[in-house]
Amino acid sequence: MKAVHKRTPVLKDCPTHYCPGCGHGIAHRLLAEVIDELGIQGRTIGIAPVGCAVLAYNYLDVDMIEVAHGRAPAVATGMKRTNPDSIVFSYQGDGDLAAIGTAEILHAAHRAEPLTVIFINNAVFGMTGGQMAPTTTLGQVTATTPAGRQARGEGYPLQVSEILALLPGTIYVERCALSGVARINRAKTAMKHAFQLQMDGAPGLSLVEILSPCPTYWRLSPANAMKWIEEEMSKVFPIARLKG
Amino acid sequence: MSARILMCGNEALAEAAILAGCDAYFGYPITPQNEITAYMSRRMAEEERVFVQSESELAAINMVFGAAATGKRTMTSSSSPGISLMQEGMSFLAGAELPAVVVNVMRGGPGLGNIAPSQGDYFQATRGGGHGDYRTVVLGPSRVQELADCMLLAFDLADQYRITVMVLADGILGQMMEPVVLEARQRRDLPAKDWALTGAEGREQNIVRSLWLAEGALEGLNNKLQAKYQQIQENEVLCEEYRMDDAEVVIVAYGIVARIARTAVDKAREQGVNVGLIRPITLWPFPTKQISAAAETFRMFLAVEMSCGQMIEDVQLAVAGKCPVLLHGRPGGGVPSVDEILEKIRQLTIRTGAV
Repeated sequence: MKAVHKRTPVLKDCPTHYCPGCGHGIAHRLLAEVIDELGIQGRTIGIAPVGCAVLAYNYLDVDMIEVAHGRAPAVATGMKRTNPDSIVFSYQGDGDLAAIGTAEILHAAHRAEPLTVIFINNAVFGMTGGQMAPTTTLGQVTATTPAGRQARGEGYPLQVSEILALLPGTIYVERCALSGVARINRAKTAMKHAFQLQMDGAPGLSLVEILSPCPTYWRLSPANAMKWIEEEMSKVFPIARLKG
Repeated sequence: MSARILMCGNEALAEAAILAGCDAYFGYPITPQNEITAYMSRRMAEEERVFVQSESELAAINMVFGAAATGKRTMTSSSSPGISLMQEGMSFLAGAELPAVVVNVMRGGPGLGNIAPSQGDYFQATRGGGHGDYRTVVLGPSRVQELADCMLLAFDLADQYRITVMVLADGILGQMMEPVVLEARQRRDLPAKDWALTGAEGREQNIVRSLWLAEGALEGLNNKLQAKYQQIQENEVLCEEYRMDDAEVVIVAYGIVARIARTAVDKAREQGVNVGLIRPITLWPFPTKQISAAAETFRMFLAVEMSCGQMIEDVQLAVAGKCPVLLHGRPGGGVPSVDEILEKIRQLTIRTGAV
């Protein structure tokens, strides 16, 4: 008998609280594989956001902290500055990073903090019940845009990664997706690169945005949610290496 | 640095923090405490420690949160409006039981207020300030030397109890220059920080959190916090009593106001009125027992503060109706004078027929 697939050690052996078809499980697994493959479990500190992934420390077997909504890049700054040999990453959703935490991510990038940021974009606020996020697409129905998001009054989808890529303090920005095997493999490569840069002491912030399905609040089947990423979401948020 | 030197309060407390082993300072400019940030930017670099000018007070307190979680001695400083912004982080520090030191060089409020000295943040400081059932230790020094000396105490208390310690100064204390002696002193015997996030090499994962969703879990955390607060109240109260033995009128005042009150005590006694002073040094825990004991023999109490009457509520709680408690308060940048206090004492003693 030959093992063809096994649990990667950093991913804990426990039941998940995420909804069926949610992308967080895949993203967690990729993150765990990357940490294992780079051999940095013993010196990694992770930051969980406020949002569905607030319990990420239940799944990832590294030292972790839970922080106030949106403040992860400031907390990460405090950690990395005082512990330059630690590998510090934040894992943040679109409400966390692109709404309440825009100041913190912008300024951490602007100061060129050598951090790794995993940015999960699922175009809604998941934990609070599917409200509009800054990344909600035009026309998308959410709990707080019952008629579909209108540009007038509710604004346009916010492309944070493009904004951050403009700053001299970011060294690597890539937008990936979880909609298919090739995409997932690319997301893992991107995450690994973002960690590798920090390990190498590269002078700036690395960010990997991941378009991730939320079948529950998109009101789609898991399979159709993946399709929606490919057919709709990626038009607004082009899947591309934006910098570095 | 053990010579007697002339320094303003802001710089003295900054140097004292360095001597106390502060590994990292995070701050955002605001008057009247800008000397701290400027001093730290230079000195922390010289010491090869961490200084970051943050993009906001919100970020500063969260940088403190991050550094504290890794077991480092860390602090921030600000003044009233900036401290309001930090309350989110202070609630999280309390929930996560992380040690931190926060200096508030108070100015007049509410709102943008002014940049004059004030004690208007007493409620916010001593009642927790942010959301949830929590406390921070609050130190209220009244001299530049005492302000400097309380920095080591602040870091030690923070580490010993895994709590935020606020040093509550005001615009006068921060700006005024006085001779100080600054020297490194011995830390308390402190528990190991085995909870710190340092990477899980060779041990189980450490988690720093303040979210407790399971039924009863958060109640458990709160009960644990309350037990800790109880211990602090029993062991860490500091206050000074001045000419209290035969005092018929007791002034209660803290910080810079206590120095004015002390002069008023001497002057009143020259005029034949027996006045004493109780000066709380820890504002939380408040010297309730000391004031309560003083109220056992009938006396009049006069709370003097640079606010509309905030500390007076703690005095009233301690006195518990046994004696009259009156107020002389000057809000919004007003500073009580010795003559004002004497006049208040005169009115008081005439009205009640005492003396």
